[in-house]
Amino acid sequence: MLTKRIVPCLDIKDGRTVKGVNFVALKDAGDPVELAARYAEQGADELVFLDITATHEKRKTLVHLVEQVAAAINIPFTVGGGVSSIDDVQALLSSGADKISVNSAAFKRPELINELAGNFGSQCVVLAVDVKREQDDWIVYLNGGRLSTGKSAIAWIQEAVDRGAGELLLTSMDHDGTKSGFAVEFTALISELVEVPVIASGGAGNETHFVEVFTRGKADAALAAGIFHYGEVTIPQLKSKLAQHQIPVRL
Amino acid sequence: MKIAIVQYNAGNTRSVQYALQRFGITPEITADPDRLRAADKVIFPGVGEASSAMKFLREHQLDLVIKELKQPVLGICLGMQLMCRHSEEGNVKGLGIFSNSVKRFPSQENSGFKVPHMGWNTLSSCQGRLFKGLPEAPFVYYVHSFYAEIGTSTVATTDYILPFSAALYKDNFYALQFHPEKSGVDGELIMRNFLELTI
Repeated sequence: MLTKRIVPCLDIKDGRTVKGVNFVALKDAGDPVELAARYAEQGADELVFLDITATHEKRKTLVHLVEQVAAAINIPFTVGGGVSSIDDVQALLSSGADKISVNSAAFKRPELINELAGNFGSQCVVLAVDVKREQDDWIVYLNGGRLSTGKSAIAWIQEAVDRGAGELLLTSMDHDGTKSGFAVEFTALISELVEVPVIASGGAGNETHFVEVFTRGKADAALAAGIFHYGEVTIPQLKSKLAQHQIPVRL
Repeated sequence: MKIAIVQYNAGNTRSVQYALQRFGITPEITADPDRLRAADKVIFPGVGEASSAMKFLREHQLDLVIKELKQPVLGICLGMQLMCRHSEEGNVKGLGIFSNSVKRFPSQENSGFKVPHMGWNTLSSCQGRLFKGLPEAPFVYYVHSFYAEIGTSTVATTDYILPFSAALYKDNFYALQFHPEKSGVDGELIMRNFLELTI
């Protein structure tokens, strides 16, 4: 049976992980390759690397990092953050990334999704969407939740999937960092709307939150950062909890 | 040991190359028929669309070269589908090494399942040397919308919407629908088993 995926996310700046990590016996808490290998050993199903490096010049370090990660780990990984052109994607895929996530650049120029799907295949095009709840709708935000587009997330997601996005990474800005649980209703709404897999992100605080997003939320995968980095939730414990709830996981 | 990876227009050859490098092997990535024939083993990976990939192979006479290879050959994902008789993707004739035909998964509307089949799923009914030493029902990583039907060459199956061929084997030809290079330690063992094959 196809299993639900657990996806740790690493924020990268200038080639280093930026959030502190609290792993016993990790030689260098800032080394993304060492952290990635550790998560792979613990049973992570995929990894996401989100580059938050500000300047274009320093982004070259990302390509080098992707090569190192690809050489070291034996599970799939996605790279995102500031990806805005076919050339960006070509460089990352040919360095060994399995998938690329696009966010603001795709919203500003939706044809980018067609171009990426046409050149590299839908299977490697992940659309990341940051949303906030406003009245009865979910609104797309850009720039890490600082800039409202005023546009409904449902319309945008439908359009992006029609254009060739092969997977969705949904982050609820209302939940992100709160540790109060994922945006379960929104995740379920989108998962039922589209045929492509949905990764839920934002709000993970404990194991029960994952149970909720996989059952009521109908997510195919769930992403978290801090709770894994600080060891509040470990992947083996999380997976055994999910298995107790008859949620299919890779053990 | 000389390992060649077939270079063509449907590659994500890089992840296979990295996996081999983890074993201390530096593969040669080539479309040169003589180099392919001279290798101890050939890997035929692929991510992309079947009909445009077949067109490229024919234009470069690689279709005949691959079919006539005598050493162990491993097809992965699209590589495996191209080794079959026919694919519904672009309605294209394949290399015909395996008599299986390749079909599209029924849509979510009809099946209630998402397509592509993306993520980790288990292998069943594993037979043959590639699966030596694996645990029962190992997990492997899949990304695909088309599948090879079960036939006489099927040596492992996976169930998603319906049971399909996870692996095929005939003579010196081996093929996997999943990505062993992305399937953790079990995937690495399958690749090592292939590298250790002798005919």
